[in-house]
Amino acid sequence: MEKYIPKYIQGATGDWEVVIGLEIHAQVASEAKLFSGSSTKFGADPNTHVSFVCSAMPGMLPVINEECIRQAVRTGLAMGCEIHLRSVFDRKNYFYADLPQGYQISQFKDPIVGEGEIIVDLEDGTTKTIGVERLHLEQDAGKSMHDQHPTQTYVDLNRSGVALMEIVSKPDMRSAEEAGAYFRKIRTLVRYAGTCDGNMDQGSMRADVNVSVRRPGAELGIRSETKNVNSVRFMMQVIEFETRRQIDLLEDGGEVFQETRQFDPASGTTSSLRSKEEAHDYRYFPDPDLLPLEFTQEFVDDLAKALPELPDAKRNRLINDLGVSAYNAAVLVAEKESADYFESLLDSLAHKTGKAKEELAKQAANWVIGDLFGALKKTGKSISESPVSLKDGAELLALQIDGTISGRIAKDVFEIMLDTGKNPELIVEEKGLKQVSDTGAIDAIIDEVIADNQDKLVQYRGGKDKLFGFFVGQVMKKTQGKANPQVVNQLLKPKLDG
Amino acid sequence: MTDLTKLTLAEARDGLAKGDFTSRELTQQHLAAMEKGRELNSFIVETTDIALDMADKADEMIKAGRGTGMTGIPIAVKDLFCTRDIHSCAASHILDGFKPKYESTVTANLWQDGAVMLGKTNMDEFAMGSSNETSYYGPVNNPWRATKQDGRLSENNYVPGGSSGGSVAAVAGHLALAATGSDTGGSIRQPAAFTGLVGLKPTYGRCSRWGMIAFASSLDQAGPITKTVRDAAIMMESMASYDDKDSTSVNRNVPNYEHALTGDIRGMKIGIPKEYRMDGMPQEIEKLWQQGIEWMKAAGAEIIDISLPHTKYALPTYYIVAPAEASSNLARYDGVKYGLRVEGNGLSGMYKNTRAAGFGDEVKRRILIGTYVLSAGYYDAYYLKAQKIRTLIAQDFAKAYEKVDVILTPTAPSPAFAMGEKSNDPIAMYLNDIFTVPASLAGLPAISVPAGLSADALPLGLQLIGRAFDEETMLRAAHVLEHAADYTAQPKIWWGEK
Repeated sequence: MEKYIPKYIQGATGDWEVVIGLEIHAQVASEAKLFSGSSTKFGADPNTHVSFVCSAMPGMLPVINEECIRQAVRTGLAMGCEIHLRSVFDRKNYFYADLPQGYQISQFKDPIVGEGEIIVDLEDGTTKTIGVERLHLEQDAGKSMHDQHPTQTYVDLNRSGVALMEIVSKPDMRSAEEAGAYFRKIRTLVRYAGTCDGNMDQGSMRADVNVSVRRPGAELGIRSETKNVNSVRFMMQVIEFETRRQIDLLEDGGEVFQETRQFDPASGTTSSLRSKEEAHDYRYFPDPDLLPLEFTQEFVDDLAKALPELPDAKRNRLINDLGVSAYNAAVLVAEKESADYFESLLDSLAHKTGKAKEELAKQAANWVIGDLFGALKKTGKSISESPVSLKDGAELLALQIDGTISGRIAKDVFEIMLDTGKNPELIVEEKGLKQVSDTGAIDAIIDEVIADNQDKLVQYRGGKDKLFGFFVGQVMKKTQGKANPQVVNQLLKPKLDG
Repeated sequence: MTDLTKLTLAEARDGLAKGDFTSRELTQQHLAAMEKGRELNSFIVETTDIALDMADKADEMIKAGRGTGMTGIPIAVKDLFCTRDIHSCAASHILDGFKPKYESTVTANLWQDGAVMLGKTNMDEFAMGSSNETSYYGPVNNPWRATKQDGRLSENNYVPGGSSGGSVAAVAGHLALAATGSDTGGSIRQPAAFTGLVGLKPTYGRCSRWGMIAFASSLDQAGPITKTVRDAAIMMESMASYDDKDSTSVNRNVPNYEHALTGDIRGMKIGIPKEYRMDGMPQEIEKLWQQGIEWMKAAGAEIIDISLPHTKYALPTYYIVAPAEASSNLARYDGVKYGLRVEGNGLSGMYKNTRAAGFGDEVKRRILIGTYVLSAGYYDAYYLKAQKIRTLIAQDFAKAYEKVDVILTPTAPSPAFAMGEKSNDPIAMYLNDIFTVPASLAGLPAISVPAGLSADALPLGLQLIGRAFDEETMLRAAHVLEHAADYTAQPKIWWGEK
């Protein structure tokens, strides 16, 4: 691994360093809300997933949904964090129309998950370790809709009470790229662990972005916090914009104020929402309706045992045990679905060919990333919507590996599969695409080609070695690509050399 | 026909079982008494039709042999309990017109057992008060009035105590056979003492708080207000249950409390805490306490002097913890979802107008105190310190219960006082709770038993505090105390005579 190089930004008056911390809000994947039995399903009609508890009717009480606790512990384990066997739910008090209780149940002093570390890969081939401060559980608020009526605001409480995990990083990131890589890594981890669907379009993951700048090596600067940024691209825009804004301010002799800001995706800029003076005093205190949350180490251990293989471990296995290139392994594990597809394909291929996985993995990875991903990208489809089934994909690769078709023919067959959805064996059969390895037949064709190209033969023998490829191409052309290229090479060489 | 309103709950139960009268007859007599007793202002809502309907159903239950201790018993329900489709407003203007679509667990238990609802009783707004003068529906008049030197009844109205003032007035005035109350710092026990009734606050967690409009969640407990200890035992058994909808509810079997009333307390160790001997305590209270000690000794109990050293901090601790929780619990009354809404300029204008108009002065005072003690910079000095003292107070009791079985104290430092006498002096009002608050903070069961009359012939009560979840021993002692006191006084009827 390359050594991490700090990144500085050049200002008019010298170098600056940006310091970034993220608070990621990830919606817990669960059927029911954190403290009530109401459904968490996305996209329902307004106020149809609302119980007496999530609408804060008088006398209603919260009861912890245990599955949400398990999901938070799984996430903590996936991030390699310390799990706290005792944690406390607190009330965060503030008034807003879409906060029916007048407080949000959250965890303040004693969160369920403590410190951990995340390693991210950067584009220049280096890695960086980013600290996780904590993960705590909290309720989501409802949604205020300001565009339904000229003078009134409507409130939809479907989201009210849905469980969120707030994952707080340490201020360890030093560029938009690092922040993006960290966010993506967290997203990958929660999706592997099955604790959040990571669906950013539906708001399942969003981040509050804390940005400050300082002279290299100086004390931390004053930060701004930009709320509710819901894509990696926007997050990187926020960081670029805030960095520039703060450096410009400071270089012009101004001052950065601690404040909450909001992002405008249309202009790519941020603007002030409220200053420190206007900040809420949330008056946190332990929620007297809930007892402290306590569980045993055994409970944690059982969840740890049942966790699926996580991306770092999977990547290392692909590289070290299966011989997949580091780049390809990183691409495959980035999305759980891709990794799952690859692994199933490899299983099926090993079964079909009777060969060991490590002999097949490299080729399978190349095909998935090169051919399949290329085709998916063209049609804008995701791997779960792949037009080529696992079975057909494995069959196509198997045909290639057992020498039935050449790599070139395989690409043609794949195109036909995409167009027709037919299975590869059928296509090879119908189109007569089986590879020719019969030396007699190939010999005859080589002789024909040489006879037709006497001038090229003279040039070749005169030292133009590159013409070897021309002869190979002619042979392949005459066999419509079906000749086994290895056999062609073997037979052609002595004939040309004379 | 005989006056059925003068019966105790136990006598009515036995009469119903024997077929001496029906629940309809019993209920009708109480409804008539309610009508005559409207001057007491003990009911906010009279549910006449529902009462008769429930009485008929109870008569069927009894006929079918499915009667329980509460079947056919007409009771009054404090307005703090949510009752389905019936006015449930905690005597606050801010909940104007609120009719819940759900039934509190405690009342559901009572209806399940066949109890009959006469109506919803008046109370201090959100249970905040010790005189029932803070209700939006006006003060409740104590059926008791002082007897002047010349032997004539005072023309002044006396307070019934609070916050369950409507409930005690209804029972003491024989408008209901029993009533539900709720006790946060003494709201069952002090009004029971002021009206010559038995008031039982069970162990925290014994009754479900689900569907009880919250005042201070870590202290609120429902309990019965009755004419006798036996009645309290019968009603307690029906009200108590484990409820998985309340996370602070405790999963323990509910015993047959009536079986605990053996009349035998020989060898029982009764603690007398020296710290309850306050400076300036009226002589008659001190005398009654001493009398109580003598009665218990005469019944064969062993009297043991004990010390509860942190007692003097209980009241200030209570008046930090309870308002802190209340300030948060009452945040949901914001004009957005239900109850009162007073339009204003934007959301915050609406909030301000609604809460200014909807809450009374005492509620506002406690919201302000609670907000203050939870504020940044004050939390540690007030709320956190109060929590620590609360732990010390609980430890005082735990230590005492190594040596004793129950603790005997006065219930209140004075008899009922005249209307308006203390309403402008919050501190004098808060001092009413001085003997009741420690058990509330420690979550212990406590009961007030009528034990005598003051110099001007107003009822006085003695309090017994039990071990957590040992209501049985406490009830046994209370039953003996009740018999020794031989309290038979009844208020002279001054209402409804015009």
